[in-house]
Amino acid sequence: MEKLNGEALRKIDEIVARHKDQAGPCIEMLHEVQNELGYIPYEAMEKIAEATGSSPAEVYGVVMFYAQFTTEPKGKHVINVCLGTACYVKGAQQLIDRVEKLTGAAVNKTSPDGLFSLDATRCLGACGLAPVCIIDGKYYGNALVNNDFTNEIRRIVREEKKAGANA
Amino acid sequence: MEVKGARALLSACTTPVSEGMVVWTNSERAIRARKTTVELIMSNHNKNCLSCKRNLNCELQKLCQELGIRENRFEGEYTEPTFEDASPGIVRDTSKCVLCERCIQTCKKVQGIGVLGLMNRGFKTKVGPIYDAGFNAVNCMQCGQCVTACPVGALTEKESIHEVIEAINDPDKVVICQTAPAVRASLGEEFGHRIGTLVTGKMVAALKRCGFDRVYDTNYGADMTIMEEGTELLKRIQNGGVLPMFTSCSPGWIKYIEYEYPDLLPHLSSAKSPHMMFGAALKTYWAQKNNIDPSKIFVVSIMPCIAKKTEILRPECKTGEYQDVDAVLTTREAARLIKMYGMDNIDIFEDEKFDQDFCGEYTGAGVIFGTSGGVMEAALRTVKQILDGKPLENVDFMECRGMAGVKEAEVDLNGQKIWIAITSSMSCAKPLLDEVRAGTSKYTFIEVMGCPGGCINGGGQSIISGRKKARIGDEYKVWRMETLYEEDKMMPKRVSMDNAQMQDMYTEFFGEPGSELAEKLLHTTYSPKKRFDIE
Ligand code: SF4
Ligand code: SF4
Ligand code: SF4
Ligand code: FES
Repeated sequence: MEKLNGEALRKIDEIVARHKDQAGPCIEMLHEVQNELGYIPYEAMEKIAEATGSSPAEVYGVVMFYAQFTTEPKGKHVINVCLGTACYVKGAQQLIDRVEKLTGAAVNKTSPDGLFSLDATRCLGACGLAPVCIIDGKYYGNALVNNDFTNEIRRIVREEKKAGANA
Repeated sequence: MEVKGARALLSACTTPVSEGMVVWTNSERAIRARKTTVELIMSNHNKNCLSCKRNLNCELQKLCQELGIRENRFEGEYTEPTFEDASPGIVRDTSKCVLCERCIQTCKKVQGIGVLGLMNRGFKTKVGPIYDAGFNAVNCMQCGQCVTACPVGALTEKESIHEVIEAINDPDKVVICQTAPAVRASLGEEFGHRIGTLVTGKMVAALKRCGFDRVYDTNYGADMTIMEEGTELLKRIQNGGVLPMFTSCSPGWIKYIEYEYPDLLPHLSSAKSPHMMFGAALKTYWAQKNNIDPSKIFVVSIMPCIAKKTEILRPECKTGEYQDVDAVLTTREAARLIKMYGMDNIDIFEDEKFDQDFCGEYTGAGVIFGTSGGVMEAALRTVKQILDGKPLENVDFMECRGMAGVKEAEVDLNGQKIWIAITSSMSCAKPLLDEVRAGTSKYTFIEVMGCPGGCINGGGQSIISGRKKARIGDEYKVWRMETLYEEDKMMPKRVSMDNAQMQDMYTEFFGEPGSELAEKLLHTTYSPKKRFDIE
């Protein structure tokens, strides 16, 4: 497990201290940690457990109960692929396979380079455009026909490479 | 249950009794509802009873039998299970789990740790350590209290029976078995005896018939422990060493302090636990005496404990080239082994004695190691006798006995008064440890046992169903405890230092307790351990 940097640890401490004496503090703390760090690291569960008189395993139980919490850092770019009925029928699985190939991220995981996370979601309410995926908040409909999601992912990879080279 | 005036059925365990309430627990409707509930549990249960460790001692089986369930009414999909056996002690198979949460509560309330929790939700709900990880990767002390709380085969010990059978059948190996004191107070239960029946002689007879080359009593090792630990205590008192000193016989407790109170490790006695000391003596002194190459000796410890399975693998415990002990069987596994060898009734045997050559003698002080307070009492007997320079008149230290989670007493050591404390289970030990950490502890010597009540209630003992425990409460521990004090009372020698064979060994081999050789073979080291180790 990667070590958290000092800044992240300080942030966790600060969040825990702020909510310690509230009612039902665990959820509040988890929300803030998720927002600040993009995921819930082990260190946060340990500190929250200590402050609330529970154990890390119990806090983990809460994390795993609510879909909005994740235990893995989210990628810099988030891709949602709809797995609702309409999209499924129109080839969402094929879409997922292609996104996996392009990004290196497995379903509900983050790619090893930390660039992408790939989440399978329920119906996005755009069934007319099935199959649908969302990249950083932008919808890509009829994805398998239009293929513009491929271009977008390729563009992101190019940009990030450039930024990396200049850094 | 059905309650007069209430439309729906109510759950008996959560509905308060009220004046004039009319209750039918066995109406047709109530029975049908109970049956449906169990059928629903069954629908997501991996029902391979025939190859399950809890076969014939399973609370779910019993319910199905009592409710007359004859078919699988709701066959469907199964939750994807976790089968996990990475640690040497505990195996988790969630395909057998009924989500009763007893293990979670036990670990949290009895041990004060909280290794286990629920994860996911709905149909996918599972019980396990954080991240669904192995018990070896988290701060689990391997005490096995969750195992004895589990009503089904979801949490069990990792079996070593086959290794043992292999060794027994290897013509090149000399296989020596040693049995811990608490085992004799519980093994009988596996053969249908009343809880706490003393079966020492029958147990020895049955084990000899399994083909062990020798069957010894770990109490010999317990007597050694008292010599080493007692000497260490006196040295610490006389030379201003780190006090209070903690006992170190319970490997669950050792794991706990390494995870949770690593700053207190200097307080821990460096003495190995009795079966490890005994193993070390067997592979050195005994091997020499019998002119046997120690690499051929295979030591099997029969223990009331699951943590001992991890203890024998500790790199810190290795004596020279060999492991002190090669395999550990729990009380339950020992019963399985005996039954496997065709002995389903141990009562047909006359009582037999442990082997006597070189390492066969033991005292009553060794016997009581199996219960909380026993190590302390045994230590006081010897330490007092050393300081008095004459045989003790009264060997009973009643203040050490009983079921309390924390016991304390002031004892007079040759004019010097010291406070001692005895505790078992980590929820009870914690306040004492916090005092030591804060520097406010008044004690000089503290006995700590990992399981509540000591080894008689260890995670490897015969499992008593939740229903029975609800009926008899803590009584079962008392019954097993009393059995050990009974055997202690019958022993001609009751002070460890009076064990003549052991004294001969010291004269011939180790020199004296705490000698350089004793330090090397009978003592060990500890180190802080990471509470959580997952990548
Ligand atoms: S846990 Fe009980 S019911 Fe389930 S397979 Fe094992 S013995 Fe059978
Ligand atoms: S073995 Fe003991 S410490 Fe480990 S999970 Fe079970 S009860 Fe907790
Ligand atoms: S005690 Fe056993 S059956 Fe109950 S939740 Fe724990 S593992 Fe599952
Ligand atoms: S099913 Fe994909 S948007 Fe509705």
